[in-house]
Amino acid sequence: MNEGRREIVQFVFVLVGLIFLVKLFFIQVLDNKYAELADSNAILRQVEYPFRGLITDRHGKLIVYNTPEYDLTAIVKDIKDFDSARFCSVFNLSREELRAKFKEMKRRKEYSSVKPTLFIDQLSNEDFAKVQDRLDEFPGFYIEARTTRAYTTNALANALGYVSELSKGQLERDDKGFYKQGDYIGQTGIESFYEEQLRGKRGVRFKLRNVKGIEKGSFKDGAYDTLSIPGQDLVTGLDLDLQQYGELLMKGKSGSIAAIEPATGEVLALVSGPSYSPSLLTGRNYSTNFSLISNDTLKPLFNRPLMAQYRPGSIFKIAQAMTALQEGVITPETRIRCDKTLIGCHPGHDNQDLRGAIANSCNPYFLGVLRRMLNKGVSNSPFEDTRIGLAEWNKHINSFGFGSKLGIDLPNEKGGLIPTPSYYDRAYDNRPWKFSNIYSIAIGEGENLVVPIQMANFAAIIANRGFYHIPHLVKWIGKEGKPLPKYAERHYTTIDSSYFKIAVDAMQQVVETGTGQYRARLVDVIVCGKTGTVQNDPLPAHSVFIAFAPRDNPKIAISVYVEDAGQGARAAASIASLMIEKYLYGKTKRQVIEDYVLAGKFLD
Amino acid sequence: MRLDWTTILLFMALVTLGWLNIFAAIYDETANQSIWDLSLSSGRQLMFIAASLVIVAVINIIDMRFYETFAYLFFGLILVFLFLVPFIGKEVGGNKAWIGIGSFGVQPSEFAKFITALAVAKYIGSVGFRMDNFRNQAILFAIIGIPVILIQLQKDTGTALVFTSFILVFYREGMSPFLLIVGICAAAIFILTLLIPNQLYLHGSILLILILLIALGKKKIRRIVILVIGALIISGMIESVDYVVNNVLKPHQQNRVKVLVNPDIDPLGVGWNVTQSKIAIGSGGFIGKGFLKGTQTKFDFVPKQSTDFIFCTIGEEFGWIGSLVVIGLFVALLLRVIFLSERQKSRFARAYGYSVACILFFHFAINIGMTVGLFPVIGIPLPFFSYGGSSLWGFTILLFILLKLDAHRSQVLQRI
Repeated sequence: MNEGRREIVQFVFVLVGLIFLVKLFFIQVLDNKYAELADSNAILRQVEYPFRGLITDRHGKLIVYNTPEYDLTAIVKDIKDFDSARFCSVFNLSREELRAKFKEMKRRKEYSSVKPTLFIDQLSNEDFAKVQDRLDEFPGFYIEARTTRAYTTNALANALGYVSELSKGQLERDDKGFYKQGDYIGQTGIESFYEEQLRGKRGVRFKLRNVKGIEKGSFKDGAYDTLSIPGQDLVTGLDLDLQQYGELLMKGKSGSIAAIEPATGEVLALVSGPSYSPSLLTGRNYSTNFSLISNDTLKPLFNRPLMAQYRPGSIFKIAQAMTALQEGVITPETRIRCDKTLIGCHPGHDNQDLRGAIANSCNPYFLGVLRRMLNKGVSNSPFEDTRIGLAEWNKHINSFGFGSKLGIDLPNEKGGLIPTPSYYDRAYDNRPWKFSNIYSIAIGEGENLVVPIQMANFAAIIANRGFYHIPHLVKWIGKEGKPLPKYAERHYTTIDSSYFKIAVDAMQQVVETGTGQYRARLVDVIVCGKTGTVQNDPLPAHSVFIAFAPRDNPKIAISVYVEDAGQGARAAASIASLMIEKYLYGKTKRQVIEDYVLAGKFLD
Repeated sequence: MRLDWTTILLFMALVTLGWLNIFAAIYDETANQSIWDLSLSSGRQLMFIAASLVIVAVINIIDMRFYETFAYLFFGLILVFLFLVPFIGKEVGGNKAWIGIGSFGVQPSEFAKFITALAVAKYIGSVGFRMDNFRNQAILFAIIGIPVILIQLQKDTGTALVFTSFILVFYREGMSPFLLIVGICAAAIFILTLLIPNQLYLHGSILLILILLIALGKKKIRRIVILVIGALIISGMIESVDYVVNNVLKPHQQNRVKVLVNPDIDPLGVGWNVTQSKIAIGSGGFIGKGFLKGTQTKFDFVPKQSTDFIFCTIGEEFGWIGSLVVIGLFVALLLRVIFLSERQKSRFARAYGYSVACILFFHFAINIGMTVGLFPVIGIPLPFFSYGGSSLWGFTILLFILLKLDAHRSQVLQRI
């Protein structure tokens, strides 16, 4: 009766053992899910944020640095004998605010009663100093330090840009997976353009933690850890004093100043008015200030030297002159009558040569110059003839850096516009066009558009007698950097450098006897300049001036735009000469001119 | 006298592995600990192991007839103890199952296992005992039933369930397999009902089977009536599963059953134990993370990692290979105990041997089954592995009484 029962019992024992081994084989060997779950259980990935690179000016003066900022965190489990009245008085909170802070903390996604959770973010330095010593009265509360950007100046906001939490869109565009939600990233300006250099390399530490989230040493003795590498410092070619002076002069005005060292292309100053203090977009008040600044109707976030596109005005006549000389359609001695039938002009001159025409900004002269250039009689058809002439004209004008982006090391640069044959084909909807349709480009009006940095670069080209370096803010990267090769290259115009002497002569004459007049003149140094008055009906014209100095071996080339300020000889010429004086001598002696600029009543 | 050294070697292997794994389970790299440290579980377990060796010596000194002779006396005493525990015991982990002696506590229920085994074996071995006699069977069930009730009063369901393993002993000694089959069927129906949410499918398939059986078999009224009644009983059982789960089981037991069916219902709450236990074991891979290199057990993700869930440490640190070794050792021990039992000349010794095998098997099956998610969480230790003096001593006594009986097997008159 009991036969076989022993075997049945033995069979059951072995069967259960086999079932276990099969089940174990499934969860241990075949299914990787558990290994991953175990890692996410016990391995904590801790990111170490590097210091962002510093930014200095050409003399080594610090412009942007990092400053510690303090967050107050709390581990709820560790809070003992909490004296809420005392806490409120130390941290300057009302009871309701304190209660709200607790509620807010417990709502946080990362909230845990055993881990530090943010309680008050971004304590100010004063608050931190105040609470630092009293923190031991509140067990369970801790200070956590991190760094934010800080500035030695109120100037340069648009050139520097700002650093803020990256947006969802930026996170999605980050295909290298460098950023995580909540990371900070350079937005606009140098901070954005040099983000990769400034940000450094984040370090990662893998730490073991137990079920309560408490750290239990490093994972595999740190074999997978990486150290954080601080960001590289940037040395700019900016002159902080000059920049600050420029911003002072532009106070209350709309417009821009762009100053370049001609020999190198280094940007000395890049002023955009109106502006804001860069410190506003850092730290705890970032979001409030940002909405204030971005909603300002004066658009302080609009970086005018790179983004504002104006018609070039009379200054363009110099480029026209160079082009015509190169094409051989005129000589410096060519005289053209000041015939005002097609186009108006200033009184007091007639039938001048090239230098005189530049100095007096004679409109009919340059109309004649352009006609000779565009209608050379290469083709019998006036339409075809103009088309061929315009294409040649484009080649020369574009070689001055007009019509496309220069490639400055800042984001959002605009390229302006130099009309081409295909542009006019589109504009005239493929109907024929000829010189009489497009002649207003002769005097820098019409379809032409330039941005102020291009005009400063144009001044630098004349100062260099025919070439330019791409304007750039950053001279070198890192502590002992070398000039960046991209900016060491000379870009020559298509114009023979001998013709530039005529332009230089004419610009000297503008300042000494012509439209530049007395406001642009300096006592000990020869300033070469050219006024521009850009029509802006019905508002007053924009006041424009480009200049470089000294005449020989120039140290600074500059363009100044002051919107709605009338003649170039007034606002822009005054500001440009003050900037030159400041840069060359370190101070200005012409109090009258400075007062005139600061008062800002240019139209009276 | 010749002790069975195969069994002793298996015993020593299991105890040693257990001791190492207890150290691994509580090991804290940052604390510079020693496995010998008496303030740690591993150090204390070593003391318990040393004490169990003393117990082994004592068992061997005592005359073999002592165990059979005084089986009922011990049984009476342990019943008194079990009865008293709820009154004089101290509460540990929600169960009032401990009697304190100084700073030490012992668990009478751990010792009730081998004493009940002795009593069961003595009764089965008694003159005139017949398994097919209803009165004899009733007394047998009373012998295991009374301690179950007393232990259940201490709310120690796990240990109480251990006593059902005696049914396998009764089966070996001649009990009709009917009870086993009914039990297995009931369990199968219970689990099926939990797994299949819509009970109409179950009722439908029972109806289908009923119709098939009636159609295919002989068309006798008696047979049809029995089949219909059987089908109705099964349908009734299915209907009552929900009632049993929701009303008879306590809330924590309900959760354990629900988690078994679907571990993902609440992985941070009631599913935590099973989920974390499976993560720990599953993360071990084929060869494991290495001794003391596990993260899940020593960082407390797995609860009770040195007692009921000690198998997680093996799975995590020694992988599938380590699990194979441990399961292999257990199965080898179980088969060896069966082998020893079968060569006994007295029915008492054989029944006792089977009791040893079945008690060990029950612990082995339930404990590992629960850690790998094949069984609801029932808090019983893994024999020789889990940390704890009472359980180690209980199992040591259980096993070594058999070895003592085996060593003297030729001295008894054949009565089988």
